[in-house]
Formats: sequence, structure tokens, C-alpha cells
Amino acid sequence: MEQNNRKAWLYLLPAMAFLGAFLVYPLVDVLVYSFEEGFNFASQTCFGIGLYNYRYVLSDPYFLQALKNTLILVLITVPVSTGLALLISLGLSSIGKLRQLYQTIFFLPYVTNTLAVGLVFMILFKKTPYSDGLANLVLGLFGAAPVDFISGPYWAKMLVLSLYTIWIVMPFKILILTSALAGVNPTYYAAARVDGTGRLRIFTKITLPMISPTVFYLIITGFIGAFKAYSDAVALFGVDLNAAGMNTLVGYVYDMLYGNSGGYPSYASAAAMLLFAIVLTITCINLLVSRKHIHYV
Amino acid sequence: MKVTLQNLTKIFPGRGRKNPQPVRAVNSFTLEIPDGKLVGLLGPSGCGKSTMLNLLSGLLEPTEGRIFFGDDDVTGLPAEHRGVGLVFQNYALYPHLTVEQNITFPLENLRGKDRLTKAQMAEKARQAASLVQIQHLMERKPGELSGGQQQRVAIARALVKMPRILLLDEPLSNLDARLRLQTREEIRRIQKQTGITTVFVTHDQEEAMSICDLILVMKEGDLQQMGHPQQVYDDPANLFVAKFLGTPPINTFTGTVRSGGLYLGQQRVLEVGEVPEGDVEVAIRPESFVPEETGPLTCGLDRVEVMGRDVSALCRHGSFTGETFRIIIDADDRQKLTGSTVNFRLKPNKVFLFRRDTGERIRF
Repeated sequence: MEQNNRKAWLYLLPAMAFLGAFLVYPLVDVLVYSFEEGFNFASQTCFGIGLYNYRYVLSDPYFLQALKNTLILVLITVPVSTGLALLISLGLSSIGKLRQLYQTIFFLPYVTNTLAVGLVFMILFKKTPYSDGLANLVLGLFGAAPVDFISGPYWAKMLVLSLYTIWIVMPFKILILTSALAGVNPTYYAAARVDGTGRLRIFTKITLPMISPTVFYLIITGFIGAFKAYSDAVALFGVDLNAAGMNTLVGYVYDMLYGNSGGYPSYASAAAMLLFAIVLTITCINLLVSRKHIHYV
Repeated sequence: MKVTLQNLTKIFPGRGRKNPQPVRAVNSFTLEIPDGKLVGLLGPSGCGKSTMLNLLSGLLEPTEGRIFFGDDDVTGLPAEHRGVGLVFQNYALYPHLTVEQNITFPLENLRGKDRLTKAQMAEKARQAASLVQIQHLMERKPGELSGGQQQRVAIARALVKMPRILLLDEPLSNLDARLRLQTREEIRRIQKQTGITTVFVTHDQEEAMSICDLILVMKEGDLQQMGHPQQVYDDPANLFVAKFLGTPPINTFTGTVRSGGLYLGQQRVLEVGEVPEGDVEVAIRPESFVPEETGPLTCGLDRVEVMGRDVSALCRHGSFTGETFRIIIDADDRQKLTGSTVNFRLKPNKVFLFRRDTGERIRF
């Protein structure tokens, strides 16, 4: 037994060494930084230890704006993208012909570069002196006044960012959900049909519980991914997100690290720890809530 | 409920370049299943039994022909309106629901005037559960049940709506040998108790013979024979049916009919009367052999196995189609099986002649 144990640790050593060096150590280090006031990378010194960094970050209007943006983004994109992906997957698994083709088309955004897609979204939504953009053109058909979605009102920018995020994250969810749906034994559906079960009831009482672990997985990873949103915002609104009022939490951390030619690693660490705490809390709540509704077979 | 099939046919179209031939899974069935009978649909794998069951349940639509439940034409009726209970081979119990929820599931689908209250549903579920004796398992999930218990839950779920017809797809194939014996008696009891016309599919002839009122023997989509199990066993319509029924299986020989006698090799073993002369397939049930010193059929004796109630022996004969064949004799005749050869008399009602080319029965 003892011998086996030593062997097991030996086998685990490479992974543990890597994880320790590149995951655990930085995490602890960030925690330490976040309590060190005015830490300087170059001199590796700080003024003192305390909660000052947190106090600063929490009263920084840019941080509060980023927090608000991120929360709105999470609350819109996670449910909408998961729901839509579920609908599309259901559609995909019920068609026979051209299924492969549609599956490929729906997966394409996943392999497309974020920034390239951002450019396309700009063309669709940006209002310039020369053109109102395709979106405004369509809206104009319904008699709406043109809106600048890229540098216009807040709701318009948030709408575009949400649309963009949903569009980017859906392919992966569709892929996962289609395979989950394909994994449901068809005799369950045959049994339900013989018993005269309606389509909606088949979905809510059989399909959904059967794929609930997958849906749950997508919701958890969706939440985490959305909280870490950054590149999407950059692709649409450029690097100066604070000026556009569209910064995200990760964007704020980045700005604090590299902004103003020197940066504020202490503030960045405090913001990063706050983000970490939020994600951890949400994930724990998710786990607790889901325990009742997830059926692992 | 009486079930009538008229010219019922199901053809699956050929698929792709590899299997371009369409498959006739059920070929022109015309028959009538009387009310309240337990019917066994019997045949080797791939003979169209399950297709037949799915046609009855409404999960598949026939290519041609009609299906009647009683006097109702249900041919175009979708599964949910046919009032059938179907027990699947893998039971198809919803794993996330308790036994009780599984059983009440079909009841919750009832709408309009048939709608039931929660209390009525619970009562019906309780009745169905007590019929199959699983009242004590109502709160469990299917994953926590044994195969036999799951089987009972599946039957209870199929029965709870009081279906017009109960269909069972290979209901015993997932059970171990002992449970299989027990469950088949159970199916018989439940069917008797409810009086619901029941069709069950099996490839195990023993299973079908033991509990059915009627058996239908199928082969490659064609109905071979239908009748009471004993009658089909005693009077097979063709070589396939003769070979398919009976354990140990029937022994087939190549023989010749000459001047009113059946010859195996050079020995005239049986008087067959007015039968056209020529080569025939001869099928002889194992229990047809009676050892007698003056018997006309001489066989080589390989080995004798005593099985308590009766005695089984492995014999050889030049015109047998295989290596050795098995016979069964009364234990009292045990001492007559000595030496390297034994003479047998054949019981004529257990010997069947078939045409070489078509396998059709030649009666004598």
C-alpha cells in the first residue's frame, strides 16, 4: 500500500509541478499583491499591507461601470445563448436531410477569429458619415431612426455586444447539445408516443431531464466565460473601453496592469480577486440550485 | 379485443448503394387473433417480428393492408390513439422518474373528459402495481431495481391505461434463466387476470410454446404457420417450422419414397402409403425413436446420457444430414441401448416428410 502510494505521487508529480508553478502559485501571489498597497514591479516594494486596494477599486467609477457591464452581459447572454442553442439543436436533431450541412454552418462561427467577426459586426452596426450600416438600413424599413450602435447610446452598444457574444458562444453549445440529444435512447420517445404524450411534454418531461447534465455544464461554463468577457468588447469598441463606457471586469484588470505606462498591479490584483470571488459564488449557487434538477443516470 | 390483419405488408426501402434491395419485413399477413388470447410471435432474429409489433402499435405505418382492433379500422391511426400498451425490450423506463411516476406517466397524458385527478391516478397506479406485485417499490428509481423488477414496472406502465391490446417485445430476453421461467408464468397470470389480448415477440420457441394460446411462426417476413403450440408442434406445415420448434431439435434425414415405403439408406423404415415416389427430406422428432430388436432402422450408438426422467442418446446414421443426432427414450428402455448399434422402430405421427425443393410438407 505504502509502495503504491509513493508510486502514485510520483506519477502525479509532473502535473502537480506544472499546476503548482503556473496556477496555484500565481493565484496565491495575486492574493498577496491585492493586499499590498502601491506595489511596484520594478523595485518589488510596497508601502504597506491593508484593504486600501479593495477600497480604491470598489469606489472607482470605471470599475463599477465594468461590473455593471459584465453583469448585464452575463444575465443576457447566458440564458439567451443556451436557450437558442437548445432550440437550434432540437431543430437539427429532428431534420433528416441536409443535417450535416446545417451542423457545419452552425459551427462555423466557432472557428472564426474573434477580431475578424468584430470587424463584420462593425460594418453591420456602425454608423458613419457615409453609411448608416446594414442594421440601420433594415431598421429604417420599419421606420426607425438610425442609431449608432458602436459609439451611440449605451443600450445600443450593450445590445450589439450581447448579440456578438451570443453569436460567438452558440456554436460550441449547439455542438454539445446536439450530441447530448443524439445520446438519448430513441425508445424513450417511442414509449412516450405510444402513451400519447404531447410534444411539449416529451420535451419537458423526457428530453430535458435526460440532457440536464449537459445543459448544466453549459450554463456553468457559460457563466464563467461571460464573466471573463474582454476580447469581444475590444473587437467592437477598440482598446479604450473606459472611454466607450463598455469596459468589462477583465478589461479593467488589463487596463490596471498595463494602462498608463507602468500600471497598478495592486489595483489589478484586487479587481482580479473580486472577479474570482464573484465567479466562485455564482458557480456555488449554480451547483446548489441545480442539485435538485439535474438527473445523472 | 379481436385483432384482424388484412394483407398487412411492410416494405423498407433499400438504402444507399450497399443495400439497394428493398426489404419485405412483413409480407402480406392475413389473419385473425381472437379476443383475450396470449399470442406468441415467434421466429429467428431478423424475421420481421418486431416490425410486426411496431405495425400493431402504430409506431410504423404499413406499406399495404389494414389492421382492425375489433371492428375499428386503426390502420391510419397514430400510436397514441390506438390504445395499445407496449413493453419494450429494454423496458424504456424513464430513469429520472420514480416507479410511481413512471406508471402514472401515461395517465397524465389524458386530456378532456378522460382527465384524472391526482388521487385517481395514484389509485390506478396502485392497482397496476399490485397486479404485478411491485407496490413496495413505488418510491424507487428504475436504476435501483433488478432486471425482473424493471420488467414488472414496464408491464404496469403498459397496463395502467387498460389498453385494448398489450404488446411485449422480447420481454424475457434481458433476464437470467431462472427469472425468465418465473416471469413467463407471471406474464401468463397477468394476461389471464386482465383478459387483455396480448401479443408477445420472442425468438425462444420454448418460451412461446409454454405460455401461449396461439403461436405465429415467421420467417423472413412470411407467416409460416399459426395455431395452438401443441398443434403446430405435432403438425408442422413445412420443414422450417418443424426445425424451429422443439428441444432438442428435430433430426433431418435425406430419404427416398419407393413403392409405399420410406427408405433411409437401404432400410425400409416406415410404411407411408400413397406418396409420390422420389427423394424427400425426412424430419424425425427425437422422441419418435423406440428401441426394438426387430426395429427396421439401424443406427450407430455414440453415447448415452441419463437425465433422470428420460434418457438421451447420440446416434449416427448414414443418411442423417449432420454428424450425430439426439434421440430421447423412456428411462425404462435404458438397458436396450447397448452395443455399438441399436435397432429402432419409429412412431409414425412424429415422422414428417417434406419436399426437397420447397420444404413443403408431404402428408401421408
